[in-house]
Amino acid sequence: MRRVSDITGYKRKDGKFGIRNHVLILPTVSCVNGVVHRISREVPDVVCLPHAYGCGRGGPRDLTILFRILSGLVHHPNVGGVVLIGLGCEVSNTKSLLSLIKDAGKPVEVFDVQKDGGSLKTAKKGVAAARQILSEISSQQRAAIPWDKLLVAMECGGSDAMSGVTANVAMGALSDWLIENGATVIFGENTEMIGTTHVLARRAKNTEVAKQIEEMIERAEKLTHEVMGDLASLVISPGNMDGGMSTIAEKSMGCIFKGGTTTINQVVDYGEVPSERGLILQDGPGYDGDSMAGLAASGSQLMFFSTGRGTPAGFPALPVIKVASNTRIYDAMRDDMDVNAGSLVEGQPLNGLRTEMIDLMIRVINGEKTKAEANGMDVFTLMTVHPPF
Amino acid sequence: MTDNILIIHSKDNVAVALRTLGVGDFATAKGIEGFPALEEIPASHKIALRNISKGEEIIKYGEIVAVSTRDIKKGEWVHTHNLESKRWKK
Repeated sequence: MRRVSDITGYKRKDGKFGIRNHVLILPTVSCVNGVVHRISREVPDVVCLPHAYGCGRGGPRDLTILFRILSGLVHHPNVGGVVLIGLGCEVSNTKSLLSLIKDAGKPVEVFDVQKDGGSLKTAKKGVAAARQILSEISSQQRAAIPWDKLLVAMECGGSDAMSGVTANVAMGALSDWLIENGATVIFGENTEMIGTTHVLARRAKNTEVAKQIEEMIERAEKLTHEVMGDLASLVISPGNMDGGMSTIAEKSMGCIFKGGTTTINQVVDYGEVPSERGLILQDGPGYDGDSMAGLAASGSQLMFFSTGRGTPAGFPALPVIKVASNTRIYDAMRDDMDVNAGSLVEGQPLNGLRTEMIDLMIRVINGEKTKAEANGMDVFTLMTVHPPF
Repeated sequence: MTDNILIIHSKDNVAVALRTLGVGDFATAKGIEGFPALEEIPASHKIALRNISKGEEIIKYGEIVAVSTRDIKKGEWVHTHNLESKRWKK
């Protein structure tokens, strides 16, 4: 059994704990990304989140998602303070966003390029504000985190035939361990749940959650057919079959196994913060970047990410632990991979690998940088449902 | 001897070959007695852990992933030629 004092972090005013204490430089709209870049060049210790959104997508679903993700990142427990850079005429303007983050309980400084004298002057003000917040929060000390304050995300991307055999099996064993110790685990990627409705719905804590799971997977399947037409069958592709997967259910089992085997207590919408504990499903897409943003906005402090083909992607302000599914890619991308689940093939028992992952996780929670973190492999994209106009 | 198959869940009636097994190669994993592969099992493909009757469910990850379309002997390769999806029929 682990002791509570094993993990430490920064206590936030809302009762949550961060495992990092970052200052975010967050643009409300893509038009001001250059200002964000200028600030990060002057103050390299900040985490900046340039993105492609903020205007030109007016549908209610897209707006809900955009505001939920941006405000979710401001509220994120790993964030100690925020410099918000707006333009002035955008849809997701700072005024609208501020109404959603007034209870953030952390320093938030706001600038608008059209009011603050243009890009250069705004960047200068942003630099000063970032330095001020960094100095203000630098005195915060780490305190013990109760395990039940930990939300861990499980993600897979750039998968190969071994992902569902080694890496996701190890992550599933870890998920079960985390939940047994009081933590909460969340995973999404609804397209990769197709074919497993019978498994996931049966594990729901009640009929209401079961119904939500059924509806979520049905929507994902319908959307796949709408978007891909005849190509929808490629969801289980000849390449998958060459890799030994015989049915869509088998392929999807390999994906969902990363969440372990416990009761599913809640289905949350994309980017929504869970109100339940234990195992949580997120109704989000399979695309890595979009999926990571949703899981981050849900408040997960840490993410495990399995990959077989090898993707270096991480997420800003969120330590992402990369788990290679095979030794070949682990060796080939040594600088990007944190764990080699391919060791299972070489005789490492699952329990041993899980212990190795728990030990690494504890070190990462306590401040050790993951490869993606140290290399700055930040990716920030988010789900949209309509094309821009 | 190191394991060359992986049994993911105790309920499973198939295991995953961790490397390609040739005919007669012994499949080994902790907690089971080794048994010979009756045909070539490509790496990451499935091998039957026991005799499986026609129409029986194929269990991997402790869950039903398919249904067998003919009798499968312990040690045989389990794939699209001897099972079908319960859900998306070909």
